[in-house]
Parts: sequence; C-alpha cells; structure tokens
Amino acid sequence: MEIIMIAITACLINNVVLSQFLGICAFLGVSQKSDSASGMGMAVTFVLTLSSLVCGVIYKFLLVPFNVEYLKTIAFILIVAALVQFVEMFTKKFVPSLYEALGIYLPLITTNCAVLGVALLNVQNDYDILTGTVHGFATAIGFWLAIVILAFIREKMVFNDVPKPFRGFPIVMITSALMSIAFFGFAALK
Amino acid sequence: MRLKKDTPAERILNGIYNENPVFCLILGMCPTLATTTSALNGVGMGLSTTIILTLAELIISLLRKIIPDRMRMPAYIVVIASFVTMVDFLMEGFTPGLYKSLGIYIPLIVVNCIIMGRAEAYAGKMKPVSAFFDGLGMGLGFTIALFLLGSVREIIGAGTWFGMKITPVSYVPVNIFVLAPGAFLVLGFLVAVMNRLKIGAGRRPGVDPAQGNMCGDCMSCMKLGLCTGREACTENAAVKEAVPADAAAKNNEGKEGV
Repeated sequence: MEIIMIAITACLINNVVLSQFLGICAFLGVSQKSDSASGMGMAVTFVLTLSSLVCGVIYKFLLVPFNVEYLKTIAFILIVAALVQFVEMFTKKFVPSLYEALGIYLPLITTNCAVLGVALLNVQNDYDILTGTVHGFATAIGFWLAIVILAFIREKMVFNDVPKPFRGFPIVMITSALMSIAFFGFAALK
Repeated sequence: MRLKKDTPAERILNGIYNENPVFCLILGMCPTLATTTSALNGVGMGLSTTIILTLAELIISLLRKIIPDRMRMPAYIVVIASFVTMVDFLMEGFTPGLYKSLGIYIPLIVVNCIIMGRAEAYAGKMKPVSAFFDGLGMGLGFTIALFLLGSVREIIGAGTWFGMKITPVSYVPVNIFVLAPGAFLVLGFLVAVMNRLKIGAGRRPGVDPAQGNMCGDCMSCMKLGLCTGREACTENAAVKEAVPADAAAKNNEGKEGV
C-alpha cells in the first residue's frame, strides 16, 4: 500500500518537473511538438526506471559494504552515463524498432538532472531497491505527463499573439507556472 | 565599452552582464528555480556553484593538454563531481542550516549545465588564468541572478528579505510566490523585463528555449559546443551529432565576432 502511495506522490503530487524542478532542460527544450515530447518522455521513463534499479543495486551491494557512501555522487553520474551508452548500443543492435523510437533522445538524457536526482532521492529516503525502482518509474511517468501537456499547449500557443518581450522563454515559464498551480490540486489525494 | 578579450576584467563583466548564464543563456534552470525560495538560499546556491565552477575550470584548463580528446567528458565529470563532493562535505560541516534547505540540489550541481558548458566551451581550450576568471564571472552572474530571483520571491511571498521583516504589517504575503508556481512566474517576468530592455537598446532579445541551448540535457550541449546559446539543436540533435565539435565551435566564434 505504501509503495502505491509513493508512486502516486512521485507522479502527481510531487511532480518531478512542476514541483521539484528536475529535468527542466528537457521539459523546455523538447516540448515544441507533442510527438517529440512523447518520445522524450518514453526515453526518460526507460532510462529512469533502469537507472534507479542499477544505482540502487550498486549502492546497496558495493558502496555500503565498502563504507564509501560519500562517493555516491561520482558513482551515480558515471553509472548513468555508462548505462545510457550501453542501452543505446544494446537497442541499436537487438531492438532496432525501439532504437528508432528512442534513438535520438537517449544521448540527451545522460545528464538530465531528473535521472541523478531520483537516484539521490532514493538514497536519501532509504528506499529499498523495489521501492526505489517504482519511485523512479512513477517519477518518469510524471515527467512524461508534464512534458506532453506542455507540448500540446505550445502547439496551440503558436497561433497566439504574444507580446514581444514575452515571446519564447518567458511565456513558456508562465504557462508552466499555471500548470504547476493546476498540479497543486492533486495534493488533495494525500 | 569594449575590453580586451580574455582578460580577467572582461571575463567577469561578460559573465555578469553580456552572457549572464541565467538571463541570457538560459542555463542552469533546475537550481535557479528550485533553490530561490529565499534570498539567502539563492545566494548560498550561487556561491557554492561559483566555487565549484571556478575551481573546476581552473583544473580542467590545467589538464587540457593531458586529457585525451575522446575521454574528455568522463574526465570533466570526475573533476566536477570531486569538487561537488568536497563542497557537499564542507557545507554539511560549516553551514548545516543551508545544507538542509538546499538538500539534493547540492549534489545535483554536478549536472548543472553552466559548469559542463563552460568546461567544454571555454576551459578546455583556454589558459588557466582566463579560465579561472571566466568561472568567477559566470559564477557571479549566476549568483546575482539567483539573488534577484530569491529576493523577489521572498519579499512578495513572505514579506521578508534575508529573514528580516521589511514589508508593512498590513501587507499579507502572497504565499504562492514561495511555492513552485512562483518560481516559474517570477523567472518568466524577469526574463521578459530583460528582453524589453534589450529590445529598447536595439539588441536581440533573449534565447527562445527551442532555439537556444536546451537540447534536453547539458552534456549534449557541451558535446556540440552549443553552450553559447545561439543555435537550435532540439529537433535536429541527431543531425548535429554528426557535426564535429570543432566545426560547431568555430561556427559559434564566427557568430560572436559579428
């Protein structure tokens, strides 16, 4: 039951982008079109779930036994970078259709702060490996949701007459602010 | 006023005004939005990033001839992550209050685009002294931006500034400015104001995120040498992947000269 609560909290109540500000770069940069936004969301889901699992395993069976927990930042970032490379090579060779769909987005998530952030949050909150993985997956779904919604809004926004100084970045920020307010509504789920 | 290129003074001014990482290059958004709930948190985050950025740029510049070209990304990450770990420990020991309120955003300085971007775009090519001052200037520019954003949010949202009550008793703080939506809103308006000033002065407004440097993450920007914030890379990231970093960098230098 607790694990479901953690998942709902990570996905909706504490949305990774709109309330924790992780993965903002990708959120703003790849939300021009809804299909590329969706591709990005998929790639993030894939990598985030896998990296939560791998980081959890490495932390528990390598860093803790050797008493080097303080190396977690360095270890996690290298694990994520290596993992993304590996996933890219693996899908290219064995699952070409998946590579087609995720291909160009994969290298873009190596240092997406959401990926590292979730690994660190899992350690900070003392989640076990299963809970950590579910937490990673739910966080990624939250990211997917947010980026796709923003992409839909931005596709419509092209037709609006936005004042000149607000064009581009500022209006996207204000849109995100409104989305963030809307996501506050989910706090009632608690 | 035109200063000689790559001198310490020019680098610092460039970081603070001409290429302010937050307002002009739109870099390092995660900490900018997340840690500016108060002016103090903003300044704390800005200064710790400044220290890491300056030292990392210095070390990377010193090692630039030793690091093989193909291995530079992992090498940069290790250098940056080492400094981040050190600063993490120092803050835990000496500023426990700030450490607690910044939370996971301290280790997340590792993936701050500004550091990666400057390491690739500047420190990897330049002499140690210029790289050091470039780091200092960029860091100060970042700190000033965070200070501005934090001050606005704290004054409107809590009625205080650095913890002191400064608004009249009758003022009811607008709580939402301290919460998540306030961060987006205030940053949007601040950048709009900057754009307005630039349009008034006959300069190009700031970067559109889609045209700018946000390719989904920082490493790719760094890899493509795009962190001067002047090229689109979102849709054709894959195409650009093929362009050697040197060509992209030359392209950027050419544009800067104009």
